Amino acid sequence: MTSVPVRPDGRVVTPYDPDESEGAWSVIRRGIKASPPLRRGLGLTAAMGVSVALGQLAVPVLIQQALDSGGLTEANEVDIDAVTRLVAIVVGIVVLAAFANWRTQRRLVSRAEETLYHLRTTAFAKVHRLSVADHNDTSKGVLLARVSSDVEALAQFVNWGFFIWVTNPVLVLGMFCVLAYYSVPLALVVALTLAPAVPLMRWVQRRQLAANDLHRTAVGAMLGSFSEAVTGAAVIRAYGAQDRQANFLRRSIDTRYRTKIRANRYMALVFVISDLFASLAFALVLIIGVRYRDALGLGAGELVASLFLVTLIAGPISTLSEVLDQTQSAVSAWRKILHLIDAAVDVADPEPGLVAPPGPVRIEVENLVFSYRVGGRVLDGVSVSIPPGTNVAVVGETGSGKTTFAKMLCRLADPDTGSIRLNGIELSELSAASRLATVRMVPQDGFLFDASVGENIRFGRPAASDAELDAAIDLLELRWWIDRLPFGLASPAGERGGNLSVGERQLVALIRAALADPGLLILDEATSAVDPETDAALTAAIRRLSEGRTLISIAHRLATAESADTVMVFDRGHLAQIGSHAELVVQPGIYARLHRAWTGATRT
Amino acid sequence: MLGLGVRLVYRMYRMHPVAASIAVVGSLITALGIVGSTIVIGRVTDSVVLPAFDDGSTVTSSDVLWGVAAVIAIAVVRSAGTVMRRYYAGMTTQQVERSLRERLSRYYLGLPMEFHQRSMAGRLIAHADNDTMMATHVLDPVPFTLGVVFLMVFAAISLVAVDLLVASVALLIFPAMYVINRIYTSQVERPTAAVQASVGRVSAIAHESFDGALVVKTLGRAHDEEVRFGSASARLRSFRVQVGNIRAVFEAVLDAMPSLGIAAVVLIGAHRIRAGAMTPGELVQVTSLFTLLSFPMRVFGYFLEMVPLSVVSHRRLQTVWSESLPEIPTAAEPRISGGDGPARLQVADLTYTYPTVARLDDADEASLGVTVAPGPTDVNDNRPTLTEVSFEVAEGEIVAIVGGTGAGKSTLCSLIAGLIEPSSGTVEIDGVSVAGLDPTHRTGQVALVFQESFLFADSIAENIALGEPDHRRLRHAIEIAAAAGFVDELPDGVYSVVGERGVTLSGGQRQRIALARALYRRPRLIVLDDATSAVDPIIEQQILAALRSELDVTAVIVAQRLSTIELADRVVYLDGGTVAEVGIHSELLSHPGYRALVEAYQEAAV
Repeated sequence: MTSVPVRPDGRVVTPYDPDESEGAWSVIRRGIKASPPLRRGLGLTAAMGVSVALGQLAVPVLIQQALDSGGLTEANEVDIDAVTRLVAIVVGIVVLAAFANWRTQRRLVSRAEETLYHLRTTAFAKVHRLSVADHNDTSKGVLLARVSSDVEALAQFVNWGFFIWVTNPVLVLGMFCVLAYYSVPLALVVALTLAPAVPLMRWVQRRQLAANDLHRTAVGAMLGSFSEAVTGAAVIRAYGAQDRQANFLRRSIDTRYRTKIRANRYMALVFVISDLFASLAFALVLIIGVRYRDALGLGAGELVASLFLVTLIAGPISTLSEVLDQTQSAVSAWRKILHLIDAAVDVADPEPGLVAPPGPVRIEVENLVFSYRVGGRVLDGVSVSIPPGTNVAVVGETGSGKTTFAKMLCRLADPDTGSIRLNGIELSELSAASRLATVRMVPQDGFLFDASVGENIRFGRPAASDAELDAAIDLLELRWWIDRLPFGLASPAGERGGNLSVGERQLVALIRAALADPGLLILDEATSAVDPETDAALTAAIRRLSEGRTLISIAHRLATAESADTVMVFDRGHLAQIGSHAELVVQPGIYARLHRAWTGATRT
Repeated sequence: MLGLGVRLVYRMYRMHPVAASIAVVGSLITALGIVGSTIVIGRVTDSVVLPAFDDGSTVTSSDVLWGVAAVIAIAVVRSAGTVMRRYYAGMTTQQVERSLRERLSRYYLGLPMEFHQRSMAGRLIAHADNDTMMATHVLDPVPFTLGVVFLMVFAAISLVAVDLLVASVALLIFPAMYVINRIYTSQVERPTAAVQASVGRVSAIAHESFDGALVVKTLGRAHDEEVRFGSASARLRSFRVQVGNIRAVFEAVLDAMPSLGIAAVVLIGAHRIRAGAMTPGELVQVTSLFTLLSFPMRVFGYFLEMVPLSVVSHRRLQTVWSESLPEIPTAAEPRISGGDGPARLQVADLTYTYPTVARLDDADEASLGVTVAPGPTDVNDNRPTLTEVSFEVAEGEIVAIVGGTGAGKSTLCSLIAGLIEPSSGTVEIDGVSVAGLDPTHRTGQVALVFQESFLFADSIAENIALGEPDHRRLRHAIEIAAAAGFVDELPDGVYSVVGERGVTLSGGQRQRIALARALYRRPRLIVLDDATSAVDPIIEQQILAALRSELDVTAVIVAQRLSTIELADRVVYLDGGTVAEVGIHSELLSHPGYRALVEAYQEAAV
């Protein structure tokens, strides 16, 4: 039994819809907690900030010292020895800081990459743990984004923004410390002058972020129309819809352009704000420093160094503000990834779990209820007991729940209520390995991996020997088909199995299942796309294959139902009828109606 | 590589010269502003700050105010330059991206179907997305980089004006920084390209793995998939760490160099000031110039880093443009003048061989000396799918195409509809070759409904009409396609949006929408490529009966079910890409292969 995971605030957690209202700090805290490699680098991070700041602060201090103690203000007061000593010290500091900078960056890079690797692989593993219900409700693109573009957004941040966050605040703080050392009032003047720049920059930035959101939506729409132009290429050409698609494309490309330009407008402004305010601070320091030099107890070198610092201070501040944008998209990406990682798994495998004995499977289903998150109940109170070794056909209209029933028998999702027992063992208590060895489903959609046909078959049982593989092919009498492939078993299946026809992909899936040798075999219209002749030949082969196991076939044609021991008729999520073909065909009801239609359709 | 980058930038700037020029002018102003501000700092030191500390009386408040005014004026000019540069540089990049994308879309829509058959969809979409972005990436730092060149010139002039000896420090340091930058970029070039390729590899694996999530689950391969994804991610990590380590060295060195230069300047400056050859203010001017220059020097490095990425990405785009766009036939081209009635179809000596599918972008990676993951080898199976196929379909006739898996039925359908061009032989409608027809004219005559139905992410009405719908025709098409039942039950009826995030339709429902799309156009020849395979047999019978009674159309139907075949006037039996038999179903039953194929279900059921 599963309950939908719920947050403490009562919101339902789904793996595809993160809570956007969660604050940045909360995300960062959770993120650090979820990423052990990140925690180990924090001390180093501080060391790096200090070392970089030291290297940069050495310069203005050198100038001040050279002017004040080196006597550079007057030609006749110059003390070459003192200046040489100062320069030597500064060179030493700069070289040491550079060395520290190098070492800490190195360490940080490997920490950060380890974190990203950890995050990416954890998220990937999580996707495969989500139940089939989650996969149904979530677009593949969204899941893909979590392990690719979202992690890339974080990676970009780690490669640039993160360093800025580490070094620049320390640098700005250091500059203020040096300023305050020369003169506290001057430091205050600078701080007060620069202070209004911060809310101003934030204001511009908020507009930039809003503009960026619009831009991202526009990018999605544009990729959508490109994707249609490519995947729908045949339809577009067959129906002369080129102009229509061209219009969509032109519009979406232009919208993307205009939203980007708008976002750029704000970006161009952010950078100069701090520069302008720093110039104002420069002017104020100059006026106040010159007029009140005695009251402030300033030396000439100190004032020059202060002015120098003020010209430098705008740089790190505006860089920080630039990085903020990147930081925000990184945080939002991080939030999404963490959300996926934290989403509860509906179908958790028991550890260690029970092991079912080999051989045909007895199935007992009691009061099975299941609903997807969207779209209401799919199965509503299904109960059935199937003796081991039975050949069962499942029939019903599209949407009657027959495929969902099959999926639940191999635990692609857990029921809302009710139970499924195989050989007396609750399905959810079987270990993953035992479940796989016991139950095998051949889905209708024969998805293949971009590997050879032989490798794709072997995915059914990687440990199988060549002889076993050959035996499976021969059992299904499909040798002729393998021989017809350009390179036999070594023929590449292509992207998603694209080198093979839909029917051929189903053949691979079928051999795969034969190789796995399960006690319960479930065929979901597994031969719906092969030609009638092959299909008929396969029917005989499948009958042989089903010896010594329980077979459940979702029927796409009459013969399957006619030759089954038991027929289950599904209607709107209920098990409407059950019995042998001979019994059901004379009973008034769905099956009789269906049978009449079928025979009418296939035998005029 | 740098030469290629410069040529690329030149070509892109020529596409949108106005915005590019404004951006360059902006960067010129910024450069002047930066050098100007260092001169002001020096002047202010000499004529305001130091005299004030000397004896205190020679500095008037007007001197101070002049200094303040100069500082602020320079800051305003510099900021204006920066805004100009940044805004217009961004605009240039975006304008170029827009042009590239528009060009891509012209090619994607204009190139023949054969192009899409041999290209991978994911790659074509990547061209419009990431590749375009990367190709123009090099433009972003260009105005700033040009600004840096101006800056160097102005800085050199201002330094020489101050003192030759001090200028020589700059003349040593700046070229040294440039050289270090070059070394850096050449060192990271390969690992960076490897990072790019690994990123692609990682998302390709995720894409495949998530697409086949159901199969991964039913096969219990989640762990193997994790291992596969994990090793690709580990490669990506190690390339990134490699780049990061190289960068750590150079960042540290490049960060330290201006400071070391300043230390040298101070030492030399002390000697020169003692000799009376230089003022303290000039020393301050030079040091602040060194400090302000360190960032622009880095941008120069950024530009060098972008060059190889952009060149490679642009090369990828060029693979599309190297295709030749077919000329659109003019009105003078042949037209079919068969009126509104059903069409006559003649297929003569038709032979077709599929083009070879191009694999991966290994060529691009190889050009950078990087091998990421070996892709499976090419299948160069050059056997023709169809060989010398000939048959005729009379006006208003319904012909069934029957054949085993891989007999070439779908290929034949695409050829009849003019989607692909025959390797040899002809397809003629009313005596006019389909291959030479104006596409708009052609699609008004023939409608092909595919085995796998494709729906646009749009409303049902839009999907059927592909434009402003005529409601009576729309209703009629929906009814004949037996789609009225479920369409009317949808919350927004024909205005319900279908597609990835929209209404989920079953396979049979999608097929019926696709069929309605064909019927809506009232074609003279309709080709159904197993287009009702997912539709219930009862409904299929309804559809075909309606097709026959309600519409005046010639039909070619790829059929599997016996009932469908029996509905046809004649049957073309394809076997291994050739016509094995043509005739009436009952006659063809004497052919053992045909009999075995169409009666297979009956035999099995007995």
